[in-house]
Amino acid sequence: MRLIFEKHKEGRRGFSYGASDVAGAKPLAGKFCRATEARLPCLSELDVVRHFTNLSRLNFSVDTNFYPLGSCTMKYNPKFTERIAAFEGFSQLHPLLPQLSGGGMLAQGALEVLYESEKLFAEITGMSAFTLQPLAGAHGELTGVMLIAAYHQHQGLRRKYIIVADSSHGTNPASAAIAGYEVKVIPTGADGYLDLVQYKKHLNNEVAAVMLTCPDTLGIFNPRIKEIADMAHSVGALLYYDGANLNAMLGKCRPGDIGFDLVHINLHKTFATPHGGGGPGAGPVGVSQRLVEFLPISRVIRRLDATFALDYNYPKSIGYIAPFYGNFGVILKAYAYILALGKEGLIKAAEIAVLNANYCQARLKEYYDLPFDKRCMHECVFSASRQAKNGVHALDIAKYLIDQGYHPPTIYFPLIVQEALMIEPTETESKEALDAFIDTMIQIAELAKNNPSAVTQSPLNMPIKRLDEVRAARQPDLRWKP
Amino acid sequence: MSYIPHTAEDIQQMLSVIGVKSIDELFKDIPLGLRPKSFNLPASKSEFQVTQTLHKLAAKNATGLVNFVGAGFYDHFIPAAVDALVSRSEFYTAYTPYQPECAQGWLQAIYEYQSIICELTGLDVSNASLYDGGTALFEAMMMALRHTGRNKIILDSGVNLIYRTMLYTYTLNLAIEFVEIPVVHGQSCREELFKYLDDQTAAVIFQNPNFFGAVDDYSDMVEQVHKFGALAIEVAYPVSLGMLKTPQEMGFDIAIGEGQSLGIPLSFGGPYLGFMAARSQLVRQMPGRIVGSTVDSDGRRGFVLTLQTREQHIRREKATSNICSNEALCALRAVVFISLLGREGFKELAEHNYQKAEFAKETLSRINGVQVKRSSPTFNEFTVLLPRHADEVVRRMIDKGFACGFPLGRFYQGLDNYLLIAVTEKRTKEEICRLADSLEAVL
Repeated sequence: MRLIFEKHKEGRRGFSYGASDVAGAKPLAGKFCRATEARLPCLSELDVVRHFTNLSRLNFSVDTNFYPLGSCTMKYNPKFTERIAAFEGFSQLHPLLPQLSGGGMLAQGALEVLYESEKLFAEITGMSAFTLQPLAGAHGELTGVMLIAAYHQHQGLRRKYIIVADSSHGTNPASAAIAGYEVKVIPTGADGYLDLVQYKKHLNNEVAAVMLTCPDTLGIFNPRIKEIADMAHSVGALLYYDGANLNAMLGKCRPGDIGFDLVHINLHKTFATPHGGGGPGAGPVGVSQRLVEFLPISRVIRRLDATFALDYNYPKSIGYIAPFYGNFGVILKAYAYILALGKEGLIKAAEIAVLNANYCQARLKEYYDLPFDKRCMHECVFSASRQAKNGVHALDIAKYLIDQGYHPPTIYFPLIVQEALMIEPTETESKEALDAFIDTMIQIAELAKNNPSAVTQSPLNMPIKRLDEVRAARQPDLRWKP
Repeated sequence: MSYIPHTAEDIQQMLSVIGVKSIDELFKDIPLGLRPKSFNLPASKSEFQVTQTLHKLAAKNATGLVNFVGAGFYDHFIPAAVDALVSRSEFYTAYTPYQPECAQGWLQAIYEYQSIICELTGLDVSNASLYDGGTALFEAMMMALRHTGRNKIILDSGVNLIYRTMLYTYTLNLAIEFVEIPVVHGQSCREELFKYLDDQTAAVIFQNPNFFGAVDDYSDMVEQVHKFGALAIEVAYPVSLGMLKTPQEMGFDIAIGEGQSLGIPLSFGGPYLGFMAARSQLVRQMPGRIVGSTVDSDGRRGFVLTLQTREQHIRREKATSNICSNEALCALRAVVFISLLGREGFKELAEHNYQKAEFAKETLSRINGVQVKRSSPTFNEFTVLLPRHADEVVRRMIDKGFACGFPLGRFYQGLDNYLLIAVTEKRTKEEICRLADSLEAVL
């Protein structure tokens, strides 16, 4: 499709503010004004509407395609939460209003949503308190690591290391490094669990924290998680729970009960808010009692007269990590989703998510290598090594799936699995949808044996074929130029 | 309410394929001792019930006030077509475009967004978005630290206090030296900058218009910054770039800012949009997703995520940033918004904001006891000195139906009687006149 800039026609207008009712002021002095015009396209409203409507049709999405992108929890996003977020009482509310003198009473509804959301997240995870400020999962991790640093600094200690697993999301080591820690990586053993010998070897009183994902990125729940937690605590390290995979745990196990000190929740994953082409998400962070005093300000409190207010009086707080109260619109949708599902609905979501993943694993394990043949939770991780021997790699399988109308699983992650195919079906997909996908995966396995080129040339049914990514990186073209 | 399609029969069939008797058996790896000590949540509610509950909460928020509060977050009009297009669920229920063949719509939209950010700022390259203006400033600062290998940051105190506070929080565990230079008569102070600028300085950060609303030409200061081998970072307000000198024209190396003003609702603080643009030499230091144009095997143009060896999913602890999810849907709002306005509409938007604010300055300056600060030119926000505590005035004005401004004493010691007033294109002449009348009445 042509770029929006290439549809420009001199003289067209798509929107006008009309005549100003106060024109006539002296113009700003020239030395403060831009000399070069922004070369923005001139188009009619229909031009713009057609352009973006047609662009939207070039995407796979949850609403149009099965989207088993592992680790991303691409479940169905109920429509009613969109309507709620668009209520004017929420969407038009200026975030500084409750910070004005006497303004707190003007945002009681929004503050109540925040207060009640925090309570729900605390109960779901077993943590003492939450900050809703983090704007995405990785931002939650960074906030968590800053809280870890503040805690140890307050104890008068400067600990150097953060431990992560080699199967962890890339955000874990990146968050630790950005906040000033050195990263120690613990390998996964041949049994698919964290290598406890290596873990013990690296654990000492210079370790500030251990970051774990549970169930891990292989989709496996480690039955020795409590032991791992206790070992971290025994050297004075804190324990961080990457909540990316919390969907499988709802009502089944809570990080707080295991002994985790910090947890972030990806609201867009577990609580079904739209992922929006890469965001916005939200990554609230919950903490155990000993970390509560370090949480970012402001915090929402409920006063004795049952009104809600912002409280800044936390002298040990790390300060602001976002300008206001988090991605409020996203928190609001997650809150509405939790209210709708209720206790039983959330438990059921976890159960069916795990059922669906295990069903995919059971039906596909004859056809694809399963590097760790264990009960999985919300996702299963296969390897396409067997297919790769015939020249059909995970990437080829992904492209063939696209041709058949499926968004591919996550590929080449976790990094510890060769030719990884990480399938997370989620609970909102029906048995029929899974069967159709599984049948296609079996068909690919057959083709890999008998007719590999039928897979490796795909996609053939899409508007474009495979793109030259090397050229994109070597000769970067990152913007339109006339 | 539940969104699960499984019948009891489906579940039985699936369990038997898996080879277990019950769903409970699937969870047997979780030791009994680790089962929840409590899971005390409310019972399920219908869509109607939840909608009613939240409708009542929405009604408890006062959105009927005539709004003159800005302070970095502005009440702009959003054309209906923005909401309509962003509501296409082929956009909002997709995710990061890892697989380009089934995400060309998103990738092209992000490429167009990057192009528009480059056009607004005049700079060479942009990325697919960051969380918000404050985190974008942190990322820009980190780029400068890495690029220069130095550890000193000079911050103009005209930069939004929230952002400055965020920088301090983010660097609690890092060895970075901060120097804040004061604002004198609302303007950045040249002498103070030159006092602290040295060959240890990694970056100097300015905001234009600054927090007090003052517009400046930073060209001379940026030139000095470059003489010491440091980078110059501008916190920019995108709507003002329809009129003001661009970051590129003033010589800045990096421009970042809050993109909320580009078609994104105020929504009580988020989701918003952190935008970033930089000189092309800095592209490999940039954080987050970047979309590039390339060709497919038939030579047709297509778009991909590129330069990914900067990113956390590949470089892990050596990545330029930990960001993964960004604010793509808000970036889409921005590119749709700018596309609708077009070149002329965007200039008109800036012009209306400027004119209304000038009219408000003129009108308010006629009130006895109100002093409009005029030491610097302004865009759509300005400072007034009141004869009494601004908090008290704000409280009284709420009763009159106005959110009349932001009291500067909240952020700056000794400025208790100062009020920061923002006037966007949405404010009418009549509202501005009523603001003046009401203000006169409460003083």
